[in-house]
Amino acid sequence: MRMGFAMKRSFVRHWPLYAIISLPTAFLIAFSYWPMLGVQIAFRDYSPVLGVWKSPWIGLQQFRSFISSPYFWPLVKNTLTLSVYYIVVSIPCSVILAIALNEVRSVRFKKLVQMFTYAPYFISTVILVGMIQIILSPTNGPLALIFHQFGVSNPPNLLASANGFSSIYVWSGIWQETGYGAVIYLAALAGVNTDLYEAAKIDGATRVQKIRYVDLPSISPTMIILLILSIGGLLSVGFEKVFLLQNNLNLSKSEIISTYVYKTGLINADFSFASAIGLFNSVVGLILISIVNYTARKVSDSSLF
Amino acid sequence: MQRLSAIRESGQDRIFLCCVYIFLSVILILVLYPILFIVSSSFSSAAAVQDGRVWLWPVDPTLDGYIGVFKYNAVWTGFINSIIYTVCGTVLSVSLTVMMAYPLSRKEMFGRSVWIWGILIAMLFNGGLIPFYLVVKDLGMVNTPWAIIVPTALNVFAVIIAKTFFQNSLPKELYEAAQLDGCGDFRFLTRMVIPLSKPILAVLVLWGAVGQWNSYFNALIFLNSPSLYPLQLVLRQILVENKIDYTSMSASLDTQKLVVMQNMETLLKYSLIIITTIPILLIYPFVQKYFVKGVFVGSVKE
Repeated sequence: MRMGFAMKRSFVRHWPLYAIISLPTAFLIAFSYWPMLGVQIAFRDYSPVLGVWKSPWIGLQQFRSFISSPYFWPLVKNTLTLSVYYIVVSIPCSVILAIALNEVRSVRFKKLVQMFTYAPYFISTVILVGMIQIILSPTNGPLALIFHQFGVSNPPNLLASANGFSSIYVWSGIWQETGYGAVIYLAALAGVNTDLYEAAKIDGATRVQKIRYVDLPSISPTMIILLILSIGGLLSVGFEKVFLLQNNLNLSKSEIISTYVYKTGLINADFSFASAIGLFNSVVGLILISIVNYTARKVSDSSLF
Repeated sequence: MQRLSAIRESGQDRIFLCCVYIFLSVILILVLYPILFIVSSSFSSAAAVQDGRVWLWPVDPTLDGYIGVFKYNAVWTGFINSIIYTVCGTVLSVSLTVMMAYPLSRKEMFGRSVWIWGILIAMLFNGGLIPFYLVVKDLGMVNTPWAIIVPTALNVFAVIIAKTFFQNSLPKELYEAAQLDGCGDFRFLTRMVIPLSKPILAVLVLWGAVGQWNSYFNALIFLNSPSLYPLQLVLRQILVENKIDYTSMSASLDTQKLVVMQNMETLLKYSLIIITTIPILLIYPFVQKYFVKGVFVGSVKE
């Protein structure tokens, strides 16, 4: 009864709050929740005439045909290669950059390095891929010039080789995102209790020892949380960069789940099949993140939820 | 003894520190070199770039590449479209974020937890590409500018950050005092909350604007007519797919001119990269200052 009264009073007194929130709520429903209901087409045989709600149910048939299709394992393998490779390289790189910056005593030099390493994060994916093509160009890019210096007249075209694809993807990402990734670790390092450094100093610790015994343990919770988050996204490697880097010559290694969903769904208009793949992706992501979170909580106290 | 060991250690530390400086300088060079290479090439002559004579500084400096870009109509269309999409998209996005975050920051609002859960669920789950596409299609937005501005306007992460900011930086007493003076919820938003939240608004505007300016995916899936393409899609054709439309550069072309144009193809790319990145570079000092703040504003717990 009291609850009802409080609610009524809140509505009457604070009606502008509800009026204000109604518009963004409409957006949330239209573009987040309505598509969630639309996931049901993964279990239906979607026909544009009947629409999402009236197309006939077909159960798990789309999932079965995806898992048994010859594309399934190559897609999963390519996607996992890119994401695992990236995680394994990017976390240590960001940590090393943050620790190195944290050691620097000259504020000016520190700011300078931070400003320039952070800048590539704001370069758009299209520009980044354009730059990759220019730099790796076998005819007149800087890489070709280096090859020429060493007397190799026919430098390899890395973009045309399937095996080079994952390295191009990962290391261009490192170039673009390490400065950004270091920011969060720098913040964690800034939060370290200065007593710990003083105690280490009194005990005669060298800088390297301070890093090993004070810095690294202090930022490991942050590392674990970021690791958990990235493992949830193992199968949902971003579409944008991979799609732009794809060509017929590297497709055997560069076709990943998100680009395949785009091609089957929007290019070939096989809506139900593509939704099923998308849903499969989300469910696997959710399972992975739960497993890793559970393990992390058991092993080290740091967990996401 | 104590003194001796202190000196020895500081020597060791000095070597280590030296290595750190060298390491960071190498990183700096690795980050800057590709950018410098593109800038230098964009100011060099087409022949020098083709022959691979540019490696650090411009060779035979010219502005040919930039002149080529300015004659390229599709780039102009894309530039104007991108500005429209960025301005409208950012205004809508920031407005929606504030409109959702402000009521949720107020304890007087009944059922706040319902909204918060609704937002968290929207953060964790999504319908995926195809159901999202179908919703936008059902709303009749495909191949209209609306498809670029509206569907991604509400950013739930931004809502959480803004809500936390409003809660932490606007004391409850402020609202009570305003209420005593007869200020309602709506006026409190426009007269108090917005003026007092400039730092977070700057973060939201910059996030929204940079994201919108750099994105191409929504345009790729929703737009078919080239006249609506944002700059990033035009760039994709030129930089990534190497589709350069020479007729779009000037009305009449004779063969000789075409050859010159074709030689300039490579040069055009370098200049385009620079021109497209300039708007971002201009706001970068502000972006950097606020982005770093923005990362942490939302991370503070209640």
